[in-house]
Amino acid sequence: MNIIACVKQVPDTEAQIKVKADGSGIEEGGIKWVMNPYDEFGVEEALKLKEKAGGDVTIVSIGPARAMETIRTALAMGAEKGVHIDDPALNAADAYTTAAALAAAIKGLPYDIIFCGQRAIDDDSAQVGAILAEILGVPQVTFVTKLEIDGTKVKAVRPIEGAQLVIETSLPCVITATKGLNEPRYASLPGIMKAKKKPVEAKNAAALGVSTDAKSKVAKMIPPPARPPGKILCADDTPEGKAAELAKLLREEAKVI
Amino acid sequence: MAKGVWIVAELRDGAFRKVTFEMASTARKLADQLGEEACAVVCGSGVAGIAGELGKYGIDKVYVADNAAFEPYTTDAHAAAVAKVVKDNDAAILLVAASFQGKDLAPRLVGKLATGMASDCTDVKIADGKLLAIRPMYAGKCFGEIVVSATPQIAALRPNVFPIVESAKAGAVEAFDPGLGELKTKVLEVQKEQAGKIDVSEANIIVSGGRGMKGPENFAILEELAGVLGAAVGASRAAVDAGWRAQSDQVGQTGKVVSPNLYIACGISGAIQHLAGMSSSKYIVAVNKDPEAPIFQKADYGLVDDLFKVVPALTQECKKLLG
Ligand SMILES: Cc1cc2nc3c(=O)[nH]c(=O)nc-3n(C[C@H](O)[C@H](O)[C@H](O)COP(=O)(O)OP(=O)(O)OC[C@H]3O[C@@H](n4cnc5c(N)ncnc54)[C@H](O)[C@@H]3O)c2cc1C
Repeated sequence: MNIIACVKQVPDTEAQIKVKADGSGIEEGGIKWVMNPYDEFGVEEALKLKEKAGGDVTIVSIGPARAMETIRTALAMGAEKGVHIDDPALNAADAYTTAAALAAAIKGLPYDIIFCGQRAIDDDSAQVGAILAEILGVPQVTFVTKLEIDGTKVKAVRPIEGAQLVIETSLPCVITATKGLNEPRYASLPGIMKAKKKPVEAKNAAALGVSTDAKSKVAKMIPPPARPPGKILCADDTPEGKAAELAKLLREEAKVI
Repeated sequence: MAKGVWIVAELRDGAFRKVTFEMASTARKLADQLGEEACAVVCGSGVAGIAGELGKYGIDKVYVADNAAFEPYTTDAHAAAVAKVVKDNDAAILLVAASFQGKDLAPRLVGKLATGMASDCTDVKIADGKLLAIRPMYAGKCFGEIVVSATPQIAALRPNVFPIVESAKAGAVEAFDPGLGELKTKVLEVQKEQAGKIDVSEANIIVSGGRGMKGPENFAILEELAGVLGAAVGASRAAVDAGWRAQSDQVGQTGKVVSPNLYIACGISGAIQHLAGMSSSKYIVAVNKDPEAPIFQKADYGLVDDLFKVVPALTQECKKLLG
């Protein structure tokens, strides 16, 4: 089976995010970069599928030079090869342009199934997987927490509010992964050594023949609204006294109960 | 020229979901600013009768496709129908729900219509005759103002954030042919969670528990408080990964992002990944015995005490006040 997993390098979840003074983006200094956690679920599922059905896993990523570390991480986890799309005009592209570039790269490869994370935790857009599926003309199942593949039949579970849906579709398709799907493995030391020699092909927008004109843009970034300072309740030092004070404040001051 | 502010109504089991009224009210507001019409797309099965209800929330025109293929929701059927009617009518602005269904549908529409979208918005307005959407990014650590240059300009609205406003308009219903082609996905089964359970992503009040709950059985005290308040019960990742609570209850960066009016965090330290999921709550209460717990930096009301004593007492107090 020919398996593709798309990955993005993002700031670590612990990162403090500071908006540049002119609102044009975030300060990147001091940020630790990691593989998007939802993409880890996608890579893990790709590897599990390969181990069961045979075939190989190709990692596709768009990002600047540093994104190579994330591709190597996925190769160290067990993927066979990578495609690194590095183009200043694409590295901060909107969802449509990103998906179009991924689609162009993937069209040049044999593929049966494509994994993406359900969203990247930097821009939190949750769009690329579905746009990619549309451009490739294949079905999608998003936010997948369970996946079974039998021949070309795909059975996937996805949550909605208050229920789980069991969805059937067929290969080729795009699956976007969410937490619950699996426990991503760590790269082993031999895996890391091997990853250094695995092939990674470099591409840019011109080579892929895609437009870099964005359909949307972040006109400005702003810090989050400040929360007014809170209060520690201590009118009465007993748990009962604090509980009574809280109930009263919630009812009379906050008016939320 | 493209015109009109459109919404994609969201239905479940033949009824509109609350977020649909939030979208309709918001579409009305934007349409008034532009001096244009607010329109809705309703795709469902046996829904012709209820479509006109949207007039109550300011919708001028409702485009309805009634077809058994729309229930339960599948990406193919809904995306094909919505893309067709929106394109045929040259809509300028399209609002969708940032719900589980909307998050599946909306980006597929972005692909079909080759346009851009602002996901999971907490505010939308008109600036210079165009949509300006405001949304949290980096898990709420900063916000972005998004402008879409292609047509339609799509924005997904976070449920529970936009007010529902009644303003009677015609709500004239017109049927359209969805032009469904081959459908490649099928829902085999809908496994419902326990009846009456409120999903954290839709709750007005959430009572959440973390590792400080010490075990799954102790969540009973949170369930009891939640019962009194009409709240949902949420959990930190530590509680979910320990197997105490369902994955669907997890709040945070790898769980659900919630915006209730009130979030009560019990035995949750307030790790940055947890805060990412709940810091846009209107009011935050923290119950934690450690005065240094980071959750207190976000809390409007902090109670430094043993949750096993505070929570039952709070349940009693709330019963008194609300009883
Ligand atoms: C990539 C990544 C993604 C993550 N995503 C999420 C996410 O989506 N959601 C999430 O929640 N976490 C997430 N985490 C995990 C996060 O970092 C924390 O580990 C987690 O939130 C801790 O959960 P907790 O607050 O319940 O437990 P702890 O941090 O152990 O806190 C327990 C708290 O309970 C208090 N306590 C104990 N006993 C009592 C008592 N009797 N009365 C009152 N207070 C008491 C303690 O003082 C302590 O503050 C993620 C981590 C990573 C690396």
